[in-house]
Amino acid sequence: MLKVQGLCKSYTTPQGTLAVLRGIDLELATGESLALMGESGSGKSTLLHLLAGLDRADAGRIEVDGRVLDDLGEGQLAAWRRSGIGLVFQQFNLIASLRVADNLAFQARLAGRHDPHWQAELVERLGLAALLGRYPEQLSVGQQQRVALGRALAVRPPLLLADEPTGSLDERSADQVLTLLLELLAGSSTSLLMVTHSASLAARLQRCRCLQGGRLLEAAG
Amino acid sequence: MMRRLYWTLSALLSHWRRHPLQLFSVLAGLWLATSLWAGVQALNSQARDSYARASQLLGGAERYSLVARDGGRIAQQHFIELRRAGWPVSPLLQGRLRLQGQREQRLQLIGIEPLTLPAGSALAGQTRERRDLAAFLGRPGRSWIAADTLAELGLPAGAQPLSASGQRLPPLAVWPQLAPGVLLVDIGVAQRLLDARGQLSRLLLPAAFARAAPPLPAELATQLVLQRGDQGANLAQLTDSFHLNLSALGLLAFVVGLFIVHAAIGLALEQRRVLLRNLRSCGVSLRGLLVALVVELGVLALLGAVAGLLSGYAVAAWLLPDVAASLRSLYGAEVAGRLSLAPQWWLGGLLVCLFGALCAGAGSLLRAARLPLLALAQPEAWQQAQARWLRRQGWLAALLGGVALLALWFGDSLAAGFVLLAALLLGAALALPVGLSRVLEAWLPHCRTPLAQWFVADSRQQLPSLALALMALLLALAANIGVGSMTAGFRQTFSGWLDQRLAAELYLNPVDTSQATAIEAWLTKQPQVRALLPSWRVELQLQGWPAQLNGIRTQAYYRAHWPLLSASAGAWERLARQQGLMLSEQLARRLDLHLGERLRLPTPSGTWELEVLGIYADYGNPRGHLLVDAAGLQRHWPGLAPRSFSLRLPAAEVPALIQALQARFALDDSRVIDQAALKAWSNRVFERTFAATAALNSLTLGVAAVALLISLLTLGQTRLSQLAPLWALGVDRRRLAWLSLGQTLLLAVLTLLLALPLGLLLAWCLVAVINVQAFGWRLPLQVFPGQLLQLLGLALLATLLAAAWPLWQLGRSTPAALLRSFADER
Repeated sequence: MLKVQGLCKSYTTPQGTLAVLRGIDLELATGESLALMGESGSGKSTLLHLLAGLDRADAGRIEVDGRVLDDLGEGQLAAWRRSGIGLVFQQFNLIASLRVADNLAFQARLAGRHDPHWQAELVERLGLAALLGRYPEQLSVGQQQRVALGRALAVRPPLLLADEPTGSLDERSADQVLTLLLELLAGSSTSLLMVTHSASLAARLQRCRCLQGGRLLEAAG
Repeated sequence: MMRRLYWTLSALLSHWRRHPLQLFSVLAGLWLATSLWAGVQALNSQARDSYARASQLLGGAERYSLVARDGGRIAQQHFIELRRAGWPVSPLLQGRLRLQGQREQRLQLIGIEPLTLPAGSALAGQTRERRDLAAFLGRPGRSWIAADTLAELGLPAGAQPLSASGQRLPPLAVWPQLAPGVLLVDIGVAQRLLDARGQLSRLLLPAAFARAAPPLPAELATQLVLQRGDQGANLAQLTDSFHLNLSALGLLAFVVGLFIVHAAIGLALEQRRVLLRNLRSCGVSLRGLLVALVVELGVLALLGAVAGLLSGYAVAAWLLPDVAASLRSLYGAEVAGRLSLAPQWWLGGLLVCLFGALCAGAGSLLRAARLPLLALAQPEAWQQAQARWLRRQGWLAALLGGVALLALWFGDSLAAGFVLLAALLLGAALALPVGLSRVLEAWLPHCRTPLAQWFVADSRQQLPSLALALMALLLALAANIGVGSMTAGFRQTFSGWLDQRLAAELYLNPVDTSQATAIEAWLTKQPQVRALLPSWRVELQLQGWPAQLNGIRTQAYYRAHWPLLSASAGAWERLARQQGLMLSEQLARRLDLHLGERLRLPTPSGTWELEVLGIYADYGNPRGHLLVDAAGLQRHWPGLAPRSFSLRLPAAEVPALIQALQARFALDDSRVIDQAALKAWSNRVFERTFAATAALNSLTLGVAAVALLISLLTLGQTRLSQLAPLWALGVDRRRLAWLSLGQTLLLAVLTLLLALPLGLLLAWCLVAVINVQAFGWRLPLQVFPGQLLQLLGLALLATLLAAAWPLWQLGRSTPAALLRSFADER
């Protein structure tokens, strides 16, 4: 499903060039889940951004379902983000001016894939029924994260990219959110790549890899 | 204490280093606000200084003189007779003089006899002991002139220019404090230059002597009358409304500028909440923090004020020629054409700017004072804050609406008119975000696509950030529509009125009584003259207001060409039977007179009571104007000669007659005016009068565009983090930029739609309330769709320009910049 080969990315800083990723190779099968760990500044988010088509690599190749992202133009990348992936951020990035119901349906509607039945199921399983008329600011952190998950899943993406989705939650809430996410993904063909600092959460995914010194290593244990 | 203040200030000021755009916004707001305000004040102060100089020229506020009863000149012999009879009179001759090579500038030539001037009287603000009498009285004498007038003429001191008639003037010498546009010479020189040998304009009297009111010698009592008057004070009174209108426009620009300051300071406070709490946590007292914030604001205000005063000076220098020309044409007031401002102006400007900055920042200071030490340092939830803010705005707008209605119903003065305008404009401005929010809220359910939904919902969320700029745009645009409609309506009415009123082909103003008699006799023999309409004129003061009483003879002509706003039945016939008078609209309003009421006119032989038979428009004339039958006027003012003639003749005959008149009676161009020239002159006066207004209006619209630009630039900084999630969800950057432009345009267009009725309402207030109170005339409200479309187009263009730069930046924003929004989360 996802095939990454020799991915390199560096940034220019006042101190000189900083190589963040130095030849990343990675494969993810359909329906597979992978945890990506590493220290702060190791390049986890950079890798996620490259996979999401939010940024371009200096070298290497990203292939998703037979499509090479590097060959896509700005418009095609935007279309890929609309329907090819679901993105979940640590700070959720909900649209403050829209109510919960509209936030949930937003990406699916953008992609022309809005399915009211699927959305109703998501609302029910995420426990958002009572919150649909509220604005994001009127929700707790945990509720906001559930809305963010719902928005990403509403489009039924082949690939779900989550950047520390439980980073703002306590351990118990984080565990509950991940349980919910895995339940929703169970039986679907959506692949999951999740960046996390938590070894216990990472352990619940099928595979775990660690980024260190710009290279991807098999996680210990 | 000072050390703490220093470190607190350096922490606060570090914010501006990191946010130079906000610093620019604050400074630009203060600069623009001060600039236009100071510019207008400079114009007013320059004019008032000129009036004061005119007032001081020959005796200050209480000046007495003997003038001819018929309004003409006095024979020099009367001066000699009065001196022999023990009267301490001093002769004065006044007239207009044009120098060769100076087509535009006409100087006021005043001839005096310094040795007999009332003892202790001030001459141009300086006592006569200090004057160089020997040089003035000797040969070749001196022509005293103000330094600014000399500079305007482009002549050096000591020059001896020629008058238009080819006579050489005594050497020009600068006399400080002399009124602008005045040439002061010895009486003998003035008589030579004005070709008025043996003639005088008036005889000055010491105030103490005149107050005792001794009876005039019997042989002179029928020819001379004692008059108390002060030209400077009259000018100040007449031009008051003109300056008040300029001040109102300056104040509007000042308020619009302060909107920018308010918005930028408010944003800076929001972004510094964490810093303020940190400072408090580190031991800075609340008082210390507030002192530091006030000092910071003061420093910013000082920088803005200095820039504003310098550019205000430039604005004033740019507008001064038009304003001076308007004042000269409308009121005969000479205003120095070069700016020379007193230190008080600079100091006053600084203080006003400091006060304005304090007002604009007061809300932020108050919020800083109330900031709880332990609360979460997070901006308030927008939904709740916006709802509360809209409620408050709505209540304030309703309150101001109430004030406007009260001012309209109960107000009866110019001040009440301005209260009405201010309450109306501010109320509408405050109601704008409430209205916009309601419109967007109602629109939201009708949006089908998610982007349309976001477009409308996000526009609504942006309202608090853009509200002040939109309010500024609304105010500026409404002012432009209002003043534009008023000016265009006035132009149309004025032009139609001129066409009707100026029906005679030729107008003559004889030099004096004997010439008037000679001209009348000669003209009656000219076959091409179909009608000769003489007019007799007397200057009066009615309830302290200067007025002209005109005697007319041929009512048939006036009935056809003198449009009346309101009239009693058979008004013209009754006027001819000396049963009443007609008067100008502004005088009727000032004296609170209506048809059928009676007015008592002071005459040399007692009062003359007449019924008001008609009221007519007399646009542009600041003095009162009355019409009576000529025979009645001559009965009360015996010996009065015609002061002007209107002639009806075939248009083709006009040039030949002018030539013949000039050859026979040595009349210069200013005394023989054909209809076309008079209309052209009147229209020129009109255009120049509104030139300064139009310029100030355009500048205000410019300030509003800058306010919008600054708001959008400031918003652009926070906008990226709001747009980045959409980009991440698959909306490309170009589309986002277009959507953002659409949002700005949507808000601007909705604002423009509200500005349209507001501007027309403002125009109505101007023509039906302000004009009536300020000038005494009411105009019909006229709407000019073409002009409105042009203005709306201009405002949209200004909006597009203001939105272009921030959107161009957004369109060009690199993925790295957008990614930073996500990276900043950590």
